[in-house]
Amino acid sequence: MAEVIAPENILEEIELSDLLHVVMTKKKEGLRLSQACAAYVDGKYELSYSFADDKTYQLTTLRVVIDVDAKVPSITEIVPQAIFYENEMKELFGVNIEMIALDYNNKLYRIEEEAPFGPKKEENNG
Amino acid sequence: MGKRSIIPYGPQHPVLPEPIHIDLVIEDERIIEAIPSVGFIHRGLESLVDKRDFNQLVYVVERTCGICSFQHGMGYCEAVESVFGVEIPDRAKFLRTIWSEMSRIHSHLLWLGLLADGFGYENLFYQCWRIRERVLDLIELTTGGRVIFSVNKIGGVLKDIPEDQLRHILSELDAIEADLNVIKKTFIEDYTVQSRLRGIGILTREQAHDLGCAGPVARASGIKADMRKRGYDAYPHLDFEPIVSNAGDSYARCYCRLMEVFQSIDLIRQAIGKIPGESDLSVAIKGNPDGEAFFRCEQPRGEAVYYVKGSGKTFLDRFRVRTPTFANLPGLCEMLAGAELSDVGLLVITIDPCISCTER
Repeated sequence: MAEVIAPENILEEIELSDLLHVVMTKKKEGLRLSQACAAYVDGKYELSYSFADDKTYQLTTLRVVIDVDAKVPSITEIVPQAIFYENEMKELFGVNIEMIALDYNNKLYRIEEEAPFGPKKEENNG
Repeated sequence: MGKRSIIPYGPQHPVLPEPIHIDLVIEDERIIEAIPSVGFIHRGLESLVDKRDFNQLVYVVERTCGICSFQHGMGYCEAVESVFGVEIPDRAKFLRTIWSEMSRIHSHLLWLGLLADGFGYENLFYQCWRIRERVLDLIELTTGGRVIFSVNKIGGVLKDIPEDQLRHILSELDAIEADLNVIKKTFIEDYTVQSRLRGIGILTREQAHDLGCAGPVARASGIKADMRKRGYDAYPHLDFEPIVSNAGDSYARCYCRLMEVFQSIDLIRQAIGKIPGESDLSVAIKGNPDGEAFFRCEQPRGEAVYYVKGSGKTFLDRFRVRTPTFANLPGLCEMLAGAELSDVGLLVITIDPCISCTER
């Protein structure tokens, strides 16, 4: 029988101010950005950055919970392939991500509705 | 320095299988930079979480793609099953594995045909698709569908494969393998194929890793990563090693996918040899999903990541799928930089792009 490695997924909750530092640490450890996504839950954004270890198949997800008006630094200077993930978060959810290396300015998916997965307009107006 | 200009490439172009637009910054005939742009067929499938309950969503998710529809449905189901903390019956695990590998064979044969067409070898293209038909026939026989199978449910599978059909699959696999051995010789040894693929679009191991490439694109650059080794479904019971090449060029990507077809045939044979006797095909799921889970599986194009989050309601809070093409687009841009303009069509094909998946 083949050797199988099936470690658990790890979820690390971090502060927004630690994001770049932790991402840099993951990159130095040789991990690959497997995915990044946002969710809008209970009036806040949950950002998930998953890093994969291709030797052990372990997946570590960094979780940042932020207010809707928080400014998020782009990780594209550290992890260039995050461009599409960050543009998606910005366009679909309205996450305020600053300094994306290649910012499509909400034209990645060319959708008409502004931030369809994010807060509804009436929520924004209080 | 030659004159620089920008050529808009796509979204409609004779060599592009799916709509993607690339702005090519060229100097003479050489590409300096490639800036991709998608968004022509965005469907917003993920937004249906608040219109379809978590059971109905299985049928939405498998419509993400017409080639790897089964694995999309399966990946979503396994993510939700992780939230519930249930383990599906062993026979269902083996059935999912058999259908997954059939999907891989037909997807890779489709791609091999497109590649052959891309470098002008039409007869090879016909041969690949002719063989693929036999696999589609097996899929139709066992599931009832050729594109959308609809055999996954949360907690297991909806259909069984009876013994006589399993025996038929084995005999068909022998015939398919014999046909494949003929085209294998052409893909591996033919001068025309080698001259169009060798040394074209090289992606080094470091580049593939740093750009987050997945699946055969990564393995063709020497990264020995295959999500099936994580051990989901019946894969812990099957003996296999990821197929890897170190060249990182278009030929290596072709080699890896071609050999993976043979590997999938072997995996189906192993799975049929070890499948448990007839039993329940699913376990009962009670309540609504409360929690979140990431699930990764190896689709034909590479690692796909499924994320579900529920809060005890019928409708999920969030469903997300990161498809392999989404991960391979940065690698494509890297391959294109420095390539000749005449190789663009071929290089786009070598990542096996599925823009429908990417845009969801």
